[in-house]
Amino acid sequence: MLNKDNTKEKKSIRSEYGKTLVELGHKNKNIVVLDADLSCSTQTAMFGKEFPERFFNIGIAEQDAMTTAAGLSTTGKIPFVSTFAMFATGRAYDQIRNSICYPRFNVKIVATHGGITVGEDGASHQALEDVALMRLIPNMMVIVPADCVETHEVIKFAAEYDGPVYIRLARTNVVNIFNPETYKFNPKKAYVIREGKDVTLVSNGETLTETLDCAEILSKQNIDAEVIHMPVVKPVDKETIIASAKKTNRVFTIENHSIIGGIGSAVCETLSENYPVKVTRIGIADEFGQSGEQRMLMNYYKLTGECLAERIVKNL
Amino acid sequence: MEIERAKQPVMTEKLQSLTENDIQELKKLCREMRKDILMMIHGAKSGHPGGNLSAVEILAVLYKKCMKTCPDWKNSPDFEKRDRFILSKGHASAALYSILARCGYFSIEELPGFRKLGSNLQGHPSCRHAKGVEVSTGSLGQGLSMACGVALGLRLDKNPATVYVYLGDGEMQEGSVWEAVMNASHHNLNNIIAFIDRNRLQIDGCTENIKAIDPLQDKLEAFGWNVIEIDGHDIEEIFEAVQTAKTMDRPTAIIADTVKGKGVSYMENNAGWHGKAPNDAEYEAAMNELCK
Repeated sequence: MLNKDNTKEKKSIRSEYGKTLVELGHKNKNIVVLDADLSCSTQTAMFGKEFPERFFNIGIAEQDAMTTAAGLSTTGKIPFVSTFAMFATGRAYDQIRNSICYPRFNVKIVATHGGITVGEDGASHQALEDVALMRLIPNMMVIVPADCVETHEVIKFAAEYDGPVYIRLARTNVVNIFNPETYKFNPKKAYVIREGKDVTLVSNGETLTETLDCAEILSKQNIDAEVIHMPVVKPVDKETIIASAKKTNRVFTIENHSIIGGIGSAVCETLSENYPVKVTRIGIADEFGQSGEQRMLMNYYKLTGECLAERIVKNL
Repeated sequence: MEIERAKQPVMTEKLQSLTENDIQELKKLCREMRKDILMMIHGAKSGHPGGNLSAVEILAVLYKKCMKTCPDWKNSPDFEKRDRFILSKGHASAALYSILARCGYFSIEELPGFRKLGSNLQGHPSCRHAKGVEVSTGSLGQGLSMACGVALGLRLDKNPATVYVYLGDGEMQEGSVWEAVMNASHHNLNNIIAFIDRNRLQIDGCTENIKAIDPLQDKLEAFGWNVIEIDGHDIEEIFEAVQTAKTMDRPTAIIADTVKGKGVSYMENNAGWHGKAPNDAEYEAAMNELCK
């Protein structure tokens, strides 16, 4: 399943999203796309150029965008709504809860710029709580893909699946972890992408690359880490998490999100009810972010592979 | 819960004008709806009598004389052709359930279950519970955006159906309503007809004292809407306004001047009856008044 290509070329997840939308738009005339004046950032503009009659730029009005999408879905359309994760989930929470999830309408929210790596724009734009907010709402599926290969498959899945989905994409360009020839997205599964026996590392999104780097560093110190990629934060694949915890008896979760409410919480909830082992949640502490260059922020918040390895060794 | 279907034609084509007989029948229906509303709210020991009673005539005229209705709902071959109704002020749910039952979407026997555990008639309308409810509402400020989405979808499909949406006047204080007002005029959604229930009261008092809504007509016109002002309890005016709105090349707002609590003298124009159920004695007095 993993990419054997070692070029480490970084690719834009958002461009992949835009391209996938265009591909889907050709296949299915019911796909419609809405944006809130960020279509050049979210890359939905690609769809808008190809299918102007099926693209609705709602302007700087996220609440209107979400509920308009809900209305479109009642006529059999499959709306994808995009804006930054902060505004999608924060500004329009009530609309997502009451007008999309309560009636279980077929709306796909694809939010970009999730996490600290929004960078220079700072705390006002850094959504560190979006996964938590979306995970709380009944009927909502929450997915955080890790690279372009997976993003492509996840967007295709969302178009086929009947029901609300929240997909969180990072602003960051990332290397392809997965092999496009062999990767298959399974909404019911977390993936063990590196087997190990000493410690379990659970991650998703852009921190998956860092987690894999971390596992490599740990192996040089004779710590054999198992890496689980959990793109679907809800519903949780409990079996995979429990099986790994039984094997290693020590779990770390790693995410570009608040340690409250994201995969850290999802893993803790699963293990404390089924197989209690010590879990350490690594992410952003209960605080707001700040401006800075992406890589500097990852270092500052100790989320790079090297920092992660240090933290894990210290806490093991 | 078993849903009994009344025998009704699948589609009721809209009529061009009302006869004296139509008007008398509608007036009778409105009295029955008011009794339904009070029975439901009294039975539930909760609900919103004021804003339900102000909506009665408009709902009756829309469902009986203006809309292509579809009581067979998803079983009907003409389901996609139906006109859509969105109750943005979801707290007027009792009035909506009453007209839906009286059009045969579900049995009148279901009405006393209103707001009770296990009932399809949730406190605020839920489209996953009650047949005939297009979308779930209750949190204010969302129905007009929803209507825009439906109207855009219908337009893409070249479906000539009309989207009716019913807003409260206090609801116009929600910023998201104005986002939707701009959306509808930007896309020239002349397949939307919005009613604004201008009863001038909200929970805490007069709309104009709490956060002034007027001059509402000027505001809506400035946003690019066609606006018609009517007496929201006058059956002929309601019907004519809809006929006019259908000829417009722009979205139309019908500002309906109404009386909160209409038909029950002690409730009329009293904000205290926004969200309170009548006790047994009050209920009896109200029913006596309506039976006169």
